[in-house]
Amino acid sequence: MIRHLGKSLISAAIGCAMTLSPAVANGKTLNIYNWSDYIAEDTIANFEKETGIKVRYDVFDSNEVLEAKLLSGKSGYDIVVPSSDFMAKQIKAGVFKQLDKTKLSEWKNLDAELMALLETYDEGNKHSIPYLWGTTGIGYNPDLVNKYLGEEAPVDSWDLVFDEKYISKLNKCGVAFLNAPSEIMPAALRYLGLDPNSVNKGDYKKAEELLMKVRPHVTYFHSSRYISDLANGDICVAIGWSGDVLQASDRANEADNGVVVEYTIPKEGAGMWFDMLAIPKDAENIDEAYAFLNYLLKPEVIAEISNYVAYASPNKSSVALVDEEIRENPGIYPTEEAKKNLYVFAVLPPKVDRIINRSFTKVTTGQ
Amino acid sequence: MEVLNTQQGSSFSEGLKRLLPGRKFLIATPYLWLLLFFLVPFAIVLKISFSEMIMAIPPYSSLVELVDETLSISINLGNYLFLAEDDMYIKAYFSSIQIAFNATLLCLLLGYPMAYAMARAPQHMQTTLLLLILLPSWTSFLIRIYAWMGILKNNGLINNLLMALGIIDDPIIMMNTNFAVYVGIVYAYLPFMVLPLYANLVKHDHSLLEASADLGARPWKTFLSVTLPLSKSGVIAGSMLVFIPAVGEFVIPELLGGPDTLMIGKVLWQEFFNNRDWPVASALAMVMLLLLIIPMALFHHYQSKELESSHDH
Repeated sequence: MIRHLGKSLISAAIGCAMTLSPAVANGKTLNIYNWSDYIAEDTIANFEKETGIKVRYDVFDSNEVLEAKLLSGKSGYDIVVPSSDFMAKQIKAGVFKQLDKTKLSEWKNLDAELMALLETYDEGNKHSIPYLWGTTGIGYNPDLVNKYLGEEAPVDSWDLVFDEKYISKLNKCGVAFLNAPSEIMPAALRYLGLDPNSVNKGDYKKAEELLMKVRPHVTYFHSSRYISDLANGDICVAIGWSGDVLQASDRANEADNGVVVEYTIPKEGAGMWFDMLAIPKDAENIDEAYAFLNYLLKPEVIAEISNYVAYASPNKSSVALVDEEIRENPGIYPTEEAKKNLYVFAVLPPKVDRIINRSFTKVTTGQ
Repeated sequence: MEVLNTQQGSSFSEGLKRLLPGRKFLIATPYLWLLLFFLVPFAIVLKISFSEMIMAIPPYSSLVELVDETLSISINLGNYLFLAEDDMYIKAYFSSIQIAFNATLLCLLLGYPMAYAMARAPQHMQTTLLLLILLPSWTSFLIRIYAWMGILKNNGLINNLLMALGIIDDPIIMMNTNFAVYVGIVYAYLPFMVLPLYANLVKHDHSLLEASADLGARPWKTFLSVTLPLSKSGVIAGSMLVFIPAVGEFVIPELLGGPDTLMIGKVLWQEFFNNRDWPVASALAMVMLLLLIIPMALFHHYQSKELESSHDH
């Protein structure tokens, strides 16, 4: 609760916070800006103990917030974690430093196949290291969904949220959508059988029409509130990020409140994303940043983070160290069958971005 | 500055006083303050509103460029035209103004009796009552809004109570609605209404009420023709203090409102963050500022007029 509160305070107080660069004390410091609920409880404490570096750790809940901070020029952070498609544009805008791989002794642990795939976003993997990856699917409360839809609820399909027939009934128990055009629009396109990375204005018009039909039944658009709301049974369905939904499930288990939360990768296919570690150009604590990157590249460290946040790690050597429960969970490490249906987010031209965002604004505001 | 002057040697300070009288410094301070914290940011926002969006640091083009010894200044009016083209922005302005107006009215209806009761309470209780009004503000504003989320949500205090009592079967949907936004705004801004009203009402001369009663007016009539007109400036001050911040409110609609809550604060956020379009966001902010300056100017005009007329008496 407190953790969630803290994170939401930050998302609410955007723009007010942290415009001043952090005071550098006598000792070594490191400023990290990462997604909310996206690291194991003791990772930072252990790193501080091991290295003597004092870490200031702040969180955000959307790529858009991070991007605004990076583009304003002086973020004050030494390590940030954008998603791959956002990062690709930020690299072009000259936001990040090139990594000196000779300082990254643990680079060898990364999955070579995945690194090749990531070259679409960062040629030669010059600026970034993948942190974790996951999918954007549906989190739901089977008991509540059952109560309002009965047994035949299509929980394995985007129908659950994109078909008026179902979502109009789910409205009673609450439906949350991510407040992220870059996630929701591709899902809607895929549901309609169109290219999720379309550059065609007409396709977005169709996606907008679909979303306008379901929007009256959406309880809210928000990118982090759904975790605690799912865990408390305040909402019954959310379009959300795999690990966040699984965290909601864990929290409900811990609270022992009788709430069950499940995650599904819809059969029509879902978006697959990578969150990347990068160093902004204006970072001040470079050596400390490399120390932290090397620390995260250690198989045992990232395996523990995977266990805690329920996202898959791109670190090949770590997979064996991850709990079986996580490793075998098809919501975290998708089956080969499900993998075929996953799509990645392409880097779209600014004009298309504007169309997507305007459509999405229309959806979220009804105007 | 003045303190500094008195500490200097007397001949020097007197010479300085003749040159730069301390009073002028004192008067200059608020102007300097305004210049630094209002006019300069205002100028920056104005500048950005005339630029073009680009993907760079910072994400907007510069207005003045020196290329090959040619100074070129480009002013882009497109952002303002863009606002006019898309009726969402107009709707967002009007919807914000409407929500703020309704909330102000609600605050007035709730706040007036509170302020009146406080002003009429025995002297020794007034401080306690004032403290009670201010006490909630000691908790962070955000925490208090979060508390309302806990009260209003489907699984929250009110719904659980009503369901436990068997009054309702399904939760009443209050969270993420305009209703919740009104609750939030009225709750958060009520002290801003009560305090100026109280400050006004407490100064009223009770003998006027007695005179009105002696002349045969009933209490209600006395209130309408004596108390209410006398408290006009308090009503206006309180209303302005509630209305102006409520129009641009972002946190309350973001946390308590739903998809149907259209407020300019949220639209601004979307322009700034989702579209990454600082120029359009700045143009939007400029227009909003103008819309807010008009009621403020009216208020100022009214106040100075009242001051004049009170001098005449």
